[in-house]
Amino acid sequence: MSILDIRGLTVQFPSRKDVFTASRNVNLSVDAGKILGVVGESGAGKSTVGNAVIGLLENPGRIAEGEIHLDGQRIDNLAAESMRKLRGKRIGMIFQDPLTSLDPLQTIEFQLVETIRLHLPLSKSEARAHAVDLLDQVGIPNPEERIAQYPHQFSGGMRQRVVIALALCADPEVVIADEPTTALDVSIQAQILKLMKRLCEEKNVAMVVITHDMGVIADLTDHVAVMYRGDLVEYGESKQVLGAPKHPYTQSLIAAVPRPDVKVHRFPQVDYIEGSAKPFKQIDISTHWLGKARDYKSVDGPLLDVKDITMKFLTKDAWISKNRQYFTALDKVSFDIHAGETFGLVGESGSGKSTMARVITGLYHPAGGTAHFAGQELTSLKDKKQVLSMRRQMQMIFQDPFSSLNSRMRVRDIVAEPIKFHKLASTNSEVNQIVDDLLEHVGLGVAAAAKFPHEFSGGQRQRISIARALATRPRFLVCDEPTSALDVSIQAQILNLLKDLQDELGLTMLFISHDLAVIRQMCNRTGVMRHGQLLEVADTEELFDSPKHAYTKELLSLMPSMDGLSRQNLEEELA
Amino acid sequence: MFGFISRRIAMALVVMFVVALISFLLFRFVGDPVNQMVGIETTPEQREALRQRLGLNDPVLVQFFRYVLGAIQFDFGNSYQFKQPVADLIGRRLPATLELSFASAIFALLLGIPMGVYTGLNRDSWLSKMFLSVSLVGISLPTFFIGILFIFFFSVTLQWLPSFGRGEVVALGSFWDTGFLTISGLKAIILPAITLGLYQMTLIMRLIRAEMLEVMRTDHIKFARARGLPNRSVYYIHALKNTMVPVITITGLQLGSIIAFAIITETVFQWPGMGILFLQAVQNVDIPIMAAYLLLTAFIFVFINLIVDILYVVIDPRLRTERGRA
Repeated sequence: MSILDIRGLTVQFPSRKDVFTASRNVNLSVDAGKILGVVGESGAGKSTVGNAVIGLLENPGRIAEGEIHLDGQRIDNLAAESMRKLRGKRIGMIFQDPLTSLDPLQTIEFQLVETIRLHLPLSKSEARAHAVDLLDQVGIPNPEERIAQYPHQFSGGMRQRVVIALALCADPEVVIADEPTTALDVSIQAQILKLMKRLCEEKNVAMVVITHDMGVIADLTDHVAVMYRGDLVEYGESKQVLGAPKHPYTQSLIAAVPRPDVKVHRFPQVDYIEGSAKPFKQIDISTHWLGKARDYKSVDGPLLDVKDITMKFLTKDAWISKNRQYFTALDKVSFDIHAGETFGLVGESGSGKSTMARVITGLYHPAGGTAHFAGQELTSLKDKKQVLSMRRQMQMIFQDPFSSLNSRMRVRDIVAEPIKFHKLASTNSEVNQIVDDLLEHVGLGVAAAAKFPHEFSGGQRQRISIARALATRPRFLVCDEPTSALDVSIQAQILNLLKDLQDELGLTMLFISHDLAVIRQMCNRTGVMRHGQLLEVADTEELFDSPKHAYTKELLSLMPSMDGLSRQNLEEELA
Repeated sequence: MFGFISRRIAMALVVMFVVALISFLLFRFVGDPVNQMVGIETTPEQREALRQRLGLNDPVLVQFFRYVLGAIQFDFGNSYQFKQPVADLIGRRLPATLELSFASAIFALLLGIPMGVYTGLNRDSWLSKMFLSVSLVGISLPTFFIGILFIFFFSVTLQWLPSFGRGEVVALGSFWDTGFLTISGLKAIILPAITLGLYQMTLIMRLIRAEMLEVMRTDHIKFARARGLPNRSVYYIHALKNTMVPVITITGLQLGSIIAFAIITETVFQWPGMGILFLQAVQNVDIPIMAAYLLLTAFIFVFINLIVDILYVVIDPRLRTERGRA
């Protein structure tokens, strides 16, 4: 008898014009002590299923058809008040972003005790003791002391532990975790996944984990349901689904996950996805404006040579200079990048990789050290003309495709702006022609020029960013986590596009990512960063096959991967 | 915390010093005080003697120092028109203005906050729509017009409430006359307080509504619901407190302007407060009163801002000095 049973669930969002069906005829069930994974890309309807179970569908969503049973009792038709009493007591929920899931103005103790006393008949002091006990169970050191603190005094991973403690307050039978580790670093992710698995077994909870990450599915779940555009396309034991997927969508989705273990030349595309960018008109780069007049002198030695770059941020100001406190974001970092190669920087959040990108592009001024680009010292550039010429040669692609484009400008103006600013074309019609060609070349088509950024999906916006970066005819691209906000299938397309452009234009790239698998596929050489220090630089293949630094080894071992599943299989076969 | 407050007080002192400088410059540049004080027949010798007596021939810095020293001891000189110490004149009228401002601030907060919460939570109910449209009228009509409407309706037509003055007052000690302790005093304050507070009420309501809409979309509210917390606790403990920081900023500034700029309401209702005193001072170029009023207004704003800054820290733990992150 399964604890949670979803039968024929169809959720609809009626709007003025038509009805949007977010999930269609979904059948799922979870047993106590088991973990079910629901996987899919954005818009697949996986979160909708979770929200429907806990009765928190956003307006105007409603369950159009189907039933949800909790331990034999039908719950989808309960009155609002009885449903509320179920939430937290019998069904717990964990959200994606631990930084925003807790009320910032109340102590952890207040939030825990409030929830515990709501569901369990305990006195204040008993509830507090229970809360301390829970914090201890989820692995928070010194719970007695830390319970009195506010959420902002906890790190991201610790906050997610608090969120888990809150979800488990009243010993629920079912826990729904919506992207529980997406916002976390790999090492923290591994810890949280382990914790969830342990709690699931200890407390005999049925868990539903909603995620886009195949690695999490492989590491954590017993069963998996694959969703695509509201439909459940495949459902079965994780081993079987991941090992021998039957549905073509599952097959291409699994194929699109970047492999950390082997380097492939190009990423396999998820060909099941409709509307993936077909190459529009291909431009002969060698005769085009983009390729022509790339009048850069070739350089002897490295194109970019960074030596002992140090960067400090003021954390506490004071009138007396020795009382000021600094955070060292970069600590004597040195590396070089040769023309035509892709150099990777990998590390967890706060390791200083993005700061490095900003120092190189001149957004930050370092406290010490030098950076030479094509033989020219970057950090001390004063002459405005030289700064401009430097900016033209280096362009940046940012992580968040939603905030890196001006939402009030048309795409044509966004891409044309750098051309006009650097006076790279003489007439307006020439500028327009270049913009059209660029948009074609990155796979958007001319029609995109007249639209505004919000009319595009994340992947398409990232293509706009790339077109904008190419508009100055740069020779050096800094890509700061260019695909970490995108779905795997889109990620594959964007990374392929970057590779193609690099081949055609001979671009040199600094590629920053937290994702080791992506780094392996993209980069010739890679540096590993932690706490502002560059720990190790090596050829990417060498780094993955025989890491030298202990931290690199740790990072590699922590990666949840499809590999984990095969390892799991292997262990079982051996046993 | 102590360091924070003392730093804020130091900054407030700097502001007050600058305002004192400006109000002192009023004496130097807005007309010649001697001309204001004496008649046409006064001889140049008499004028010179008066100058000497008033210290107007001393170096500017000495005069400024004397002025600041006086201001610290509440000595702002004598009014030109009343020939009385300015401090006494203001002191006698300050309670009336403070009581009016207090009553209207309470009115604005007590009605504005619940209305804001209600309209924020029930966006589409007809009551919210009514609150919003009525408050739009409140915010777009000028104060004097609303005051006159109230007088016409409640005083002239219905004859429920008095149309002017403070009613009977009771002396509390030698400085404070209060209207809160007599029936006629309480009746008299109703109309002016509502007139003065209507705009602030609308502002607070709309601000809270906007903030509530914002906060209700956040993850921690969703998580609070997912834990099964009842609406009461979600709305009033987790949501409302998170809307407070901007509300306190605006309310603080508005409270300052209620006290400082009650002039129009006081004129309409013939309320014997500072506003009328100030108007008379402007009409008669009574510079000592204007200068003192300027200082007082600045002091009120600086003081309220200090309170607001402290309240921020009390409400939002993230603004407290970092005790080291884990």
